[in-house]
Amino acid sequence: MGKLLVENKTIVTPGEELAEGMDFLPAEGTFRDKDKIIASGLGLVNINGRLIKTISMAGRYIPKRGDTIIAKVTDILMSGWILDIASAYSAVLSVKEAKDFIRRDADLTKYYDIDDYIITNIIRVTSQRLVDVSMKGPGLRKLIGGRIIKANSNKVPRIIGKGGSMVSMIKQATECSITVGQNGIVWISGSPEKEIIVVKTIKKIEQEAHISGLTDRIKTFLEKETNKKINIEKVE
Amino acid sequence: MNREQKDYILNFLEQGVRFDGRKLEEYRPIKVERGFSENAEGSAKVTIGNTEVLAGVKLSVDEPYPDTPDGGTMMINVELLPLSNPNFEPGPPGIQAIEIARVVDRGIRESESIDTKKLCIKKGEKVWSILVDICPINDDGNLFDASTLAVVAALQNTKFPSYNGNIVDYKKKTKESLPLRKLPVSCTVIKIDNYFIVDPTPEEEKKIDSRLTVEVEEDGTLCALQKGGDKPLTAEDIDKMVGIGIEKSKELRKFL
Repeated sequence: MGKLLVENKTIVTPGEELAEGMDFLPAEGTFRDKDKIIASGLGLVNINGRLIKTISMAGRYIPKRGDTIIAKVTDILMSGWILDIASAYSAVLSVKEAKDFIRRDADLTKYYDIDDYIITNIIRVTSQRLVDVSMKGPGLRKLIGGRIIKANSNKVPRIIGKGGSMVSMIKQATECSITVGQNGIVWISGSPEKEIIVVKTIKKIEQEAHISGLTDRIKTFLEKETNKKINIEKVE
Repeated sequence: MNREQKDYILNFLEQGVRFDGRKLEEYRPIKVERGFSENAEGSAKVTIGNTEVLAGVKLSVDEPYPDTPDGGTMMINVELLPLSNPNFEPGPPGIQAIEIARVVDRGIRESESIDTKKLCIKKGEKVWSILVDICPINDDGNLFDASTLAVVAALQNTKFPSYNGNIVDYKKKTKESLPLRKLPVSCTVIKIDNYFIVDPTPEEEKKIDSRLTVEVEEDGTLCALQKGGDKPLTAEDIDKMVGIGIEKSKELRKFL
Protein backbone atom coordinates (compact mmCIF):
# COMPACT_ATOMS: atom_id res chain seq x y z
CA MET A 1 0.00 0.00 0.00
CA GLY A 2 1.29 3.46 -0.90
CA LYS A 3 1.93 6.18 1.59
CA LEU A 4 0.90 9.83 1.47
CA LEU A 5 3.68 12.19 2.49
CA VAL A 6 1.63 15.39 2.64
CA GLU A 7 -1.79 16.34 3.92
CA ASN A 8 -4.58 17.53 1.73
CA LYS A 9 -4.63 21.31 1.05
CA THR A 10 -1.07 22.05 2.16
CA ILE A 11 1.14 24.30 0.09
CA VAL A 12 3.95 22.49 -1.68
CA THR A 13 6.94 23.64 -3.68
CA PRO A 14 8.25 22.12 -6.93
CA GLY A 15 10.25 18.97 -6.24
CA GLU A 16 8.49 18.12 -3.02
CA GLU A 17 7.60 14.45 -2.63
CA LEU A 18 3.87 14.01 -2.27
CA ALA A 19 3.35 10.24 -2.10
CA GLU A 20 5.11 6.93 -2.32
CA GLY A 21 3.97 3.78 -4.03
CA MET A 22 2.16 2.91 -7.22
CA ASP A 23 -1.35 3.22 -5.74
CA PHE A 24 -1.44 6.95 -6.30
CA LEU A 25 -1.74 8.58 -9.69
CA PRO A 26 -0.14 11.86 -10.73
CA ALA A 27 -2.53 14.49 -12.14
CA GLU A 28 -2.08 18.18 -13.01
CA GLY A 29 1.02 19.81 -11.53
CA THR A 30 2.61 16.54 -10.44
CA PHE A 31 4.68 13.79 -12.04
CA ARG A 32 5.87 10.30 -11.21
CA ASP A 33 9.53 9.51 -10.59
CA LYS A 34 9.92 5.74 -10.11
CA ASP A 35 7.52 5.01 -7.25
CA LYS A 36 7.23 8.57 -5.98
CA ILE A 37 4.85 11.34 -6.91
CA ILE A 38 6.52 14.73 -7.02
CA ALA A 39 5.09 18.24 -7.31
CA SER A 40 6.07 20.15 -10.46
CA GLY A 41 4.50 23.44 -9.47
CA LEU A 42 3.92 25.65 -6.47
CA GLY A 43 0.42 25.31 -5.13
CA LEU A 44 -2.13 23.62 -2.93
CA VAL A 45 -2.22 19.83 -2.87
CA ASN A 46 -5.52 18.33 -3.75
CA ILE A 47 -6.01 14.63 -3.06
CA ASN A 48 -9.02 13.12 -4.66
CA GLY A 49 -9.14 9.38 -4.01
CA ARG A 50 -6.01 8.05 -5.68
CA LEU A 51 -5.44 11.16 -7.77
CA ILE A 52 -2.98 13.76 -6.54
CA LYS A 53 -2.76 17.19 -8.13
CA THR A 54 -1.52 20.63 -7.19
CA ILE A 55 -3.67 23.68 -7.73
CA SER A 56 -1.51 26.65 -8.63
CA MET A 57 -2.29 29.99 -7.02
CA ALA A 58 -0.61 32.24 -9.56
CA GLY A 59 0.81 32.09 -13.05
CA ARG A 60 -0.33 32.53 -16.61
CA TYR A 61 -3.20 30.64 -18.11
CA ILE A 62 -2.42 27.20 -19.51
CA PRO A 63 -4.74 26.42 -22.43
CA LYS A 64 -6.91 23.32 -22.05
CA ARG A 65 -9.23 21.66 -24.52
CA GLY A 66 -12.86 22.57 -23.99
CA ASP A 67 -12.21 25.85 -22.18
CA THR A 68 -14.32 28.81 -23.20
CA ILE A 69 -12.08 31.84 -23.21
CA ILE A 70 -12.06 35.49 -24.23
CA ALA A 71 -9.38 36.25 -26.80
CA LYS A 72 -8.11 39.29 -28.63
CA VAL A 73 -7.38 39.28 -32.36
CA THR A 74 -3.75 40.27 -32.86
CA ASP A 75 -3.13 39.35 -36.49
CA ILE A 76 -4.90 38.20 -39.61
CA LEU A 77 -3.60 35.31 -41.70
CA MET A 78 -4.46 34.10 -45.19
CA SER A 79 -6.96 31.69 -43.74
CA GLY A 80 -7.61 32.69 -40.18
CA TRP A 81 -6.85 34.88 -37.22
CA ILE A 82 -4.14 34.85 -34.56
CA LEU A 83 -5.47 35.41 -31.07
CA ASP A 84 -3.93 36.57 -27.84
CA ILE A 85 -5.36 34.32 -25.15
CA ALA A 86 -3.52 35.82 -22.16
CA SER A 87 -1.26 32.80 -22.09
CA ALA A 88 2.31 32.06 -23.05
CA TYR A 89 0.96 30.67 -26.31
CA SER A 90 -1.20 32.29 -28.96
CA ALA A 91 -4.17 30.58 -30.55
CA VAL A 92 -5.33 30.28 -34.14
CA LEU A 93 -8.90 30.58 -35.34
CA SER A 94 -9.19 29.10 -38.81
CA VAL A 95 -11.82 30.35 -41.27
CA LYS A 96 -13.23 26.83 -41.26
CA GLU A 97 -14.01 27.25 -37.58
CA ALA A 98 -15.70 30.64 -37.98
CA LYS A 99 -19.40 30.92 -37.30
CA ASP A 100 -20.54 31.26 -40.91
CA PHE A 101 -19.12 29.96 -44.14
CA ILE A 102 -16.47 32.38 -45.41
CA ARG A 103 -15.59 32.51 -49.11
CA ARG A 104 -11.98 32.12 -50.13
CA ASP A 105 -11.47 35.70 -51.32
CA ALA A 106 -13.39 37.35 -48.48
CA ASP A 107 -11.99 40.24 -46.47
CA LEU A 108 -11.39 38.66 -43.08
CA THR A 109 -11.37 42.00 -41.26
CA LYS A 110 -15.13 42.19 -41.93
CA TYR A 111 -15.62 39.27 -39.56
CA TYR A 112 -13.04 39.85 -36.87
CA ASP A 113 -10.66 42.78 -37.03
CA ILE A 114 -7.44 43.37 -35.14
CA ASP A 115 -8.12 44.38 -31.52
CA ASP A 116 -11.57 42.78 -31.50
CA TYR A 117 -12.39 40.58 -28.54
CA ILE A 118 -14.20 37.29 -29.08
CA ILE A 119 -15.62 34.56 -26.90
CA THR A 120 -14.28 31.33 -28.26
CA ASN A 121 -13.77 27.70 -27.39
CA ILE A 122 -10.52 25.75 -27.40
CA ILE A 123 -10.91 22.65 -29.55
CA ARG A 124 -7.34 21.41 -29.69
CA VAL A 125 -4.08 21.81 -27.83
CA THR A 126 -1.19 19.86 -29.35
CA SER A 127 1.84 18.60 -27.47
CA GLN A 128 3.73 21.49 -29.06
CA ARG A 129 1.19 23.85 -27.48
CA LEU A 130 -0.39 24.91 -30.74
CA VAL A 131 -3.85 26.05 -29.76
CA ASP A 132 -6.82 25.87 -32.12
CA VAL A 133 -10.11 27.51 -31.29
CA SER A 134 -13.58 27.45 -32.77
CA MET A 135 -16.52 29.82 -32.92
CA LYS A 136 -19.02 27.01 -33.49
CA GLY A 137 -21.17 26.64 -30.44
CA PRO A 138 -23.78 28.46 -28.40
CA GLY A 139 -22.74 31.79 -26.93
CA LEU A 140 -19.52 32.06 -28.93
CA ARG A 141 -19.41 35.48 -30.55
CA LYS A 142 -17.63 38.74 -31.07
CA LEU A 143 -17.89 41.14 -28.14
CA ILE A 144 -19.29 44.53 -28.98
CA GLY A 145 -18.93 47.42 -26.57
CA GLY A 146 -18.30 46.73 -22.92
CA ARG A 147 -14.98 46.65 -21.22
CA ILE A 148 -12.32 44.04 -20.66
CA ILE A 149 -10.55 43.45 -17.39
CA LYS A 150 -7.85 40.94 -16.68
CA ALA A 151 -8.02 38.71 -13.64
CA ASN A 152 -5.78 35.91 -12.44
CA SER A 153 -6.83 32.81 -14.38
CA ASN A 154 -6.28 30.64 -11.30
CA LYS A 155 -9.01 32.58 -9.49
CA VAL A 156 -11.59 32.11 -12.23
CA PRO A 157 -13.37 29.26 -10.37
CA ARG A 158 -13.83 31.64 -7.40
CA ILE A 159 -15.16 34.44 -9.61
CA ILE A 160 -17.67 32.07 -11.22
CA GLY A 161 -18.55 30.34 -7.95
CA LYS A 162 -20.24 26.98 -7.45
CA GLY A 163 -22.49 26.41 -10.44
CA GLY A 164 -22.04 30.04 -11.44
CA SER A 165 -23.49 31.32 -8.14
CA MET A 166 -20.96 34.10 -7.58
CA VAL A 167 -21.15 35.59 -11.04
CA SER A 168 -24.95 35.46 -11.10
CA MET A 169 -25.02 37.22 -7.74
CA ILE A 170 -22.90 40.03 -9.17
CA LYS A 171 -25.12 40.12 -12.25
CA GLN A 172 -28.24 40.31 -10.12
CA ALA A 173 -26.86 43.08 -7.94
CA THR A 174 -25.45 45.25 -10.71
CA GLU A 175 -27.61 44.43 -13.73
CA CYS A 176 -24.49 44.18 -15.87
CA SER A 177 -23.77 41.51 -18.46
CA ILE A 178 -20.65 39.66 -17.41
CA THR A 179 -18.72 36.96 -19.22
CA VAL A 180 -15.79 35.28 -17.50
CA GLY A 181 -13.30 33.47 -19.74
CA GLN A 182 -11.37 30.52 -18.33
CA ASN A 183 -8.20 32.46 -19.20
CA GLY A 184 -9.05 35.17 -16.66
CA ILE A 185 -10.28 37.78 -19.10
CA VAL A 186 -13.61 39.20 -18.01
CA TRP A 187 -15.99 41.19 -20.18
CA ILE A 188 -18.42 43.57 -18.51
CA SER A 189 -21.13 45.71 -20.02
CA GLY A 190 -23.62 47.86 -18.17
CA SER A 191 -24.11 51.38 -16.90
CA PRO A 192 -20.90 53.25 -15.97
CA GLU A 193 -21.30 53.33 -12.17
CA LYS A 194 -22.46 49.68 -12.03
CA GLU A 195 -19.50 48.53 -14.13
CA ILE A 196 -17.15 50.14 -11.63
CA ILE A 197 -18.79 48.14 -8.84
CA VAL A 198 -18.29 44.93 -10.85
CA VAL A 199 -14.60 45.72 -11.35
CA LYS A 200 -14.18 46.40 -7.62
CA THR A 201 -16.00 43.19 -6.72
CA ILE A 202 -13.86 41.06 -9.02
CA LYS A 203 -10.67 42.60 -7.61
CA LYS A 204 -11.96 41.84 -4.12
CA ILE A 205 -12.71 38.22 -5.01
CA GLU A 206 -9.24 37.85 -6.50
CA GLN A 207 -7.62 39.17 -3.33
CA GLU A 208 -9.71 37.25 -0.86
CA ALA A 209 -10.27 34.04 -2.81
CA HIS A 210 -8.39 31.91 -0.31
CA ILE A 211 -10.23 33.17 2.80
CA SER A 212 -13.33 31.17 3.69
CA GLY A 213 -16.78 32.74 3.78
CA LEU A 214 -16.15 34.50 0.49
CA THR A 215 -19.71 34.44 -0.78
CA ASP A 216 -21.11 36.10 2.35
CA ARG A 217 -18.46 38.80 2.30
CA ILE A 218 -19.05 39.54 -1.36
CA LYS A 219 -22.79 39.62 -0.70
CA THR A 220 -22.42 42.24 2.05
CA PHE A 221 -19.96 44.16 -0.10
CA LEU A 222 -22.36 44.24 -3.04
CA GLU A 223 -25.30 45.19 -0.82
CA LYS A 224 -23.29 48.07 0.59
CA GLU A 225 -22.16 49.23 -2.83
CA THR A 226 -25.54 49.01 -4.53
CA ASN A 227 -27.75 49.84 -1.51
CA LYS A 228 -29.97 46.97 -2.40
CA LYS A 229 -30.86 43.70 -0.73
CA ILE A 230 -29.62 40.62 -2.53
CA ASN A 231 -31.84 37.61 -2.47
CA ILE A 232 -29.39 34.73 -2.34
CA GLU A 233 -32.08 32.02 -2.74
CA LYS A 234 -32.96 33.48 -6.08
CA VAL A 235 -29.32 33.22 -7.09
CA GLU A 236 -29.03 29.52 -6.38
CA MET B 1 -7.98 51.05 -33.49
CA ASN B 2 -11.28 49.46 -32.70
CA ARG B 3 -14.22 51.77 -33.33
CA GLU B 4 -16.67 50.05 -30.97
CA GLN B 5 -14.30 50.23 -28.04
CA LYS B 6 -13.78 53.92 -28.68
CA ASP B 7 -17.54 54.53 -28.90
CA TYR B 8 -17.92 52.75 -25.60
CA ILE B 9 -15.36 55.02 -23.94
CA LEU B 10 -17.08 58.05 -25.47
CA ASN B 11 -20.40 56.90 -24.06
CA PHE B 12 -18.76 56.90 -20.63
CA LEU B 13 -17.20 60.33 -21.13
CA GLU B 14 -20.57 61.72 -22.20
CA GLN B 15 -21.89 60.79 -18.77
CA GLY B 16 -18.90 62.41 -17.14
CA VAL B 17 -17.19 59.26 -15.86
CA ARG B 18 -14.11 57.36 -16.83
CA PHE B 19 -13.52 53.60 -16.82
CA ASP B 20 -12.04 53.71 -13.33
CA GLY B 21 -14.81 55.90 -11.93
CA ARG B 22 -12.88 59.16 -12.00
CA LYS B 23 -14.24 62.44 -13.32
CA LEU B 24 -12.80 63.75 -16.58
CA GLU B 25 -10.43 66.21 -14.96
CA GLU B 26 -9.40 64.18 -11.98
CA TYR B 27 -5.98 62.78 -11.16
CA ARG B 28 -5.41 59.45 -9.48
CA PRO B 29 -3.86 59.62 -5.99
CA ILE B 30 -0.37 61.07 -6.19
CA LYS B 31 2.51 60.30 -3.84
CA VAL B 32 6.00 61.78 -3.89
CA GLU B 33 8.81 60.15 -1.91
CA ARG B 34 12.11 61.97 -1.80
CA GLY B 35 15.57 60.54 -1.16
CA PHE B 36 14.72 57.13 -2.52
CA SER B 37 18.25 56.16 -3.52
CA GLU B 38 21.25 56.50 -1.21
CA ASN B 39 23.87 56.56 -3.91
CA ALA B 40 22.33 59.30 -6.02
CA GLU B 41 22.90 62.92 -5.09
CA GLY B 42 19.15 63.40 -5.26
CA SER B 43 16.27 61.08 -6.00
CA ALA B 44 12.52 60.79 -5.85
CA LYS B 45 9.83 58.24 -6.51
CA VAL B 46 6.48 59.40 -7.79
CA THR B 47 3.38 57.27 -7.91
CA ILE B 48 0.26 58.34 -9.74
CA GLY B 49 -2.27 55.55 -9.27
CA ASN B 50 -0.32 52.46 -10.28
CA THR B 51 2.22 54.37 -12.33
CA GLU B 52 5.59 54.47 -10.60
CA VAL B 53 8.52 56.53 -11.76
CA LEU B 54 11.97 56.86 -10.21
CA ALA B 55 14.24 59.81 -10.92
CA GLY B 56 17.85 60.07 -9.82
CA VAL B 57 20.27 62.98 -10.05
CA LYS B 58 24.03 62.58 -10.37
CA LEU B 59 26.45 65.49 -10.24
CA SER B 60 29.90 65.56 -11.74
CA VAL B 61 32.52 68.13 -12.55
CA ASP B 62 32.96 68.59 -16.29
CA GLU B 63 34.14 71.06 -18.88
CA PRO B 64 31.43 73.53 -19.94
CA TYR B 65 30.17 73.83 -23.50
CA PRO B 66 32.11 76.42 -25.53
CA ASP B 67 29.02 78.65 -26.02
CA THR B 68 28.28 78.87 -22.28
CA PRO B 69 31.70 78.87 -20.60
CA ASP B 70 30.21 80.02 -17.28
CA GLY B 71 27.13 77.81 -17.19
CA GLY B 72 26.62 74.35 -15.74
CA THR B 73 25.13 71.65 -17.92
CA MET B 74 22.10 69.43 -17.56
CA MET B 75 21.11 66.24 -19.27
CA ILE B 76 17.93 64.23 -18.85
CA ASN B 77 17.70 60.64 -19.89
CA VAL B 78 14.73 58.30 -19.87
CA GLU B 79 14.99 54.56 -19.99
CA LEU B 80 11.72 52.76 -20.56
CA LEU B 81 12.37 49.44 -18.91
CA PRO B 82 10.63 46.33 -20.24
CA LEU B 83 9.90 45.69 -16.56
CA SER B 84 7.41 48.53 -16.55
CA ASN B 85 5.43 47.66 -19.65
CA PRO B 86 5.58 44.53 -21.85
CA ASN B 87 5.50 46.75 -24.94
CA PHE B 88 8.82 48.38 -24.10
CA GLU B 89 11.86 46.80 -25.71
CA PRO B 90 15.33 46.78 -24.22
CA GLY B 91 18.06 48.53 -26.17
CA PRO B 92 18.64 52.08 -27.34
CA PRO B 93 15.86 54.55 -26.42
CA GLY B 94 12.93 54.69 -28.80
CA ILE B 95 10.72 57.58 -29.88
CA GLN B 96 8.61 57.49 -26.73
CA ALA B 97 11.60 57.58 -24.38
CA ILE B 98 13.23 60.41 -26.29
CA GLU B 99 10.01 62.39 -26.32
CA ILE B 100 9.52 62.11 -22.55
CA ALA B 101 13.15 63.05 -21.93
CA ARG B 102 12.94 66.06 -24.20
CA VAL B 103 9.65 67.32 -22.82
CA VAL B 104 10.89 67.08 -19.22
CA ASP B 105 14.20 68.66 -20.23
CA ARG B 106 12.44 71.50 -22.05
CA GLY B 107 10.24 72.28 -19.07
CA ILE B 108 13.18 72.58 -16.72
CA ARG B 109 15.42 74.39 -19.19
CA GLU B 110 12.86 76.91 -20.41
CA SER B 111 11.49 77.73 -16.98
CA GLU B 112 15.12 78.42 -16.03
CA SER B 113 14.61 76.39 -12.89
CA ILE B 114 18.29 75.87 -12.36
CA ASP B 115 20.54 78.88 -12.04
CA THR B 116 23.26 77.46 -14.25
CA LYS B 117 25.63 80.39 -13.62
CA LYS B 118 25.89 79.26 -10.00
CA LEU B 119 27.05 75.83 -11.14
CA CYS B 120 30.24 77.34 -12.56
CA ILE B 121 33.39 76.48 -10.62
CA LYS B 122 36.01 78.00 -12.93
CA LYS B 123 34.91 79.83 -16.07
CA GLY B 124 35.64 77.92 -19.23
CA GLU B 125 37.21 75.02 -17.38
CA LYS B 126 35.10 73.43 -14.68
CA VAL B 127 31.38 73.43 -14.06
CA TRP B 128 28.98 71.11 -12.29
CA SER B 129 27.06 68.96 -14.71
CA ILE B 130 23.70 67.53 -13.74
CA LEU B 131 22.67 64.17 -15.07
CA VAL B 132 19.10 63.06 -14.41
CA ASP B 133 17.91 59.53 -15.06
CA ILE B 134 14.25 58.66 -15.22
CA CYS B 135 13.17 55.05 -14.81
CA PRO B 136 9.53 54.06 -14.90
CA ILE B 137 9.02 51.03 -12.68
CA ASN B 138 5.42 50.55 -13.68
CA ASP B 139 3.70 52.20 -16.61
CA ASP B 140 0.02 52.60 -15.91
CA GLY B 141 -0.34 55.69 -18.08
CA ASN B 142 0.67 59.32 -17.85
CA LEU B 143 4.44 58.92 -17.79
CA PHE B 144 4.87 62.57 -18.83
CA ASP B 145 3.42 64.14 -15.71
CA ALA B 146 4.90 61.54 -13.39
CA SER B 147 8.37 62.01 -14.91
CA THR B 148 8.35 65.80 -14.61
CA LEU B 149 7.13 65.59 -11.04
CA ALA B 150 9.78 62.99 -10.19
CA VAL B 151 12.60 65.01 -11.75
CA VAL B 152 11.61 68.25 -10.02
CA ALA B 153 11.28 66.46 -6.67
CA ALA B 154 14.66 64.78 -7.21
CA LEU B 155 16.29 68.12 -8.04
CA GLN B 156 14.84 69.58 -4.85
CA ASN B 157 16.27 66.65 -2.93
CA THR B 158 19.76 67.00 -4.46
CA LYS B 159 22.76 67.80 -2.26
CA PHE B 160 26.19 68.55 -3.68
CA PRO B 161 28.90 65.97 -2.95
CA SER B 162 32.05 67.32 -1.38
CA TYR B 163 34.63 68.59 -3.85
CA ASN B 164 38.17 69.64 -3.01
CA GLY B 165 38.99 71.29 -6.32
CA ASN B 166 40.37 68.09 -7.71
CA ILE B 167 38.24 65.08 -6.98
CA VAL B 168 34.58 64.68 -6.09
CA ASP B 169 33.97 62.56 -3.01
CA TYR B 170 30.61 60.98 -3.62
CA LYS B 171 30.64 59.31 -0.22
CA LYS B 172 30.37 62.68 1.52
CA LYS B 173 27.39 64.89 0.85
CA THR B 174 27.47 68.58 1.73
CA LYS B 175 24.41 70.47 2.94
CA GLU B 176 24.33 72.62 -0.15
CA SER B 177 21.32 72.22 -2.44
CA LEU B 178 21.01 72.99 -6.12
CA PRO B 179 20.38 76.64 -7.02
CA LEU B 180 16.71 76.22 -7.90
CA ARG B 181 14.29 78.99 -8.80
CA LYS B 182 10.91 78.61 -10.50
CA LEU B 183 9.87 75.00 -10.76
CA PRO B 184 7.78 73.67 -13.62
CA VAL B 185 4.89 71.26 -13.26
CA SER B 186 3.56 69.39 -16.23
CA CYS B 187 -0.04 68.49 -16.94
CA THR B 188 -0.90 66.42 -19.97
CA VAL B 189 -4.37 67.12 -21.31
CA ILE B 190 -5.88 64.53 -23.62
CA LYS B 191 -8.49 65.13 -26.25
CA ILE B 192 -10.79 62.25 -27.21
CA ASP B 193 -13.49 63.33 -29.63
CA ASN B 194 -14.83 66.48 -27.95
CA TYR B 195 -13.82 65.59 -24.43
CA PHE B 196 -10.79 66.71 -22.50
CA ILE B 197 -9.34 64.48 -19.83
CA VAL B 198 -6.21 64.45 -17.68
CA ASP B 199 -4.09 61.62 -16.28
CA PRO B 200 -4.98 58.95 -18.85
CA THR B 201 -4.81 55.22 -18.17
CA PRO B 202 -3.17 52.98 -20.80
CA GLU B 203 -6.60 52.10 -22.21
CA GLU B 204 -7.33 55.75 -22.77
CA GLU B 205 -3.84 56.47 -24.08
CA LYS B 206 -4.50 54.01 -26.91
CA LYS B 207 -7.59 55.92 -27.97
CA ILE B 208 -6.46 59.53 -27.83
CA ASP B 209 -7.02 61.90 -30.73
CA SER B 210 -4.41 64.35 -29.50
CA ARG B 211 -2.58 65.31 -26.37
CA LEU B 212 -1.00 68.50 -25.16
CA THR B 213 1.56 68.55 -22.38
CA VAL B 214 1.37 71.91 -20.65
CA GLU B 215 4.27 72.89 -18.42
CA VAL B 216 3.54 75.69 -16.02
CA GLU B 217 5.60 77.78 -13.62
CA GLU B 218 4.41 78.72 -10.17
CA ASP B 219 2.77 82.01 -11.23
CA GLY B 220 0.90 80.32 -14.06
CA THR B 221 3.37 81.24 -16.81
CA LEU B 222 3.67 78.65 -19.54
CA CYS B 223 7.19 77.40 -20.04
CA ALA B 224 6.78 74.54 -22.48
CA LEU B 225 4.22 72.78 -24.63
CA GLN B 226 4.28 69.49 -26.46
CA LYS B 227 1.62 68.30 -28.84
CA GLY B 228 1.17 64.62 -29.62
CA GLY B 229 -1.40 62.32 -31.19
CA ASP B 230 -2.61 61.98 -34.75
CA LYS B 231 -5.33 64.60 -34.98
CA PRO B 232 -4.93 68.39 -35.22
CA LEU B 233 -6.07 70.87 -32.57
CA THR B 234 -7.96 74.11 -33.19
CA ALA B 235 -7.03 77.37 -31.49
CA GLU B 236 -10.04 77.03 -29.15
CA ASP B 237 -8.96 73.50 -28.23
CA ILE B 238 -5.51 74.71 -27.29
CA ASP B 239 -7.01 77.56 -25.28
CA LYS B 240 -9.16 75.15 -23.34
CA MET B 241 -6.40 72.59 -22.84
CA VAL B 242 -3.92 75.18 -21.61
CA GLY B 243 -6.62 76.44 -19.23
CA ILE B 244 -7.15 72.95 -17.83
CA GLY B 245 -3.39 72.45 -17.64
CA ILE B 246 -2.83 75.62 -15.61
CA GLU B 247 -5.73 74.80 -13.30
CA LYS B 248 -4.58 71.22 -12.70
CA SER B 249 -0.93 72.19 -12.26
CA LYS B 250 -1.92 73.99 -9.04
CA GLU B 251 -3.09 70.66 -7.68
CA LEU B 252 0.16 68.94 -8.69
CA ARG B 253 2.29 71.72 -7.24
CA LYS B 254 1.08 70.86 -3.76
CA PHE B 255 3.28 67.76 -3.91
CA LEU B 256 6.49 69.73 -4.47
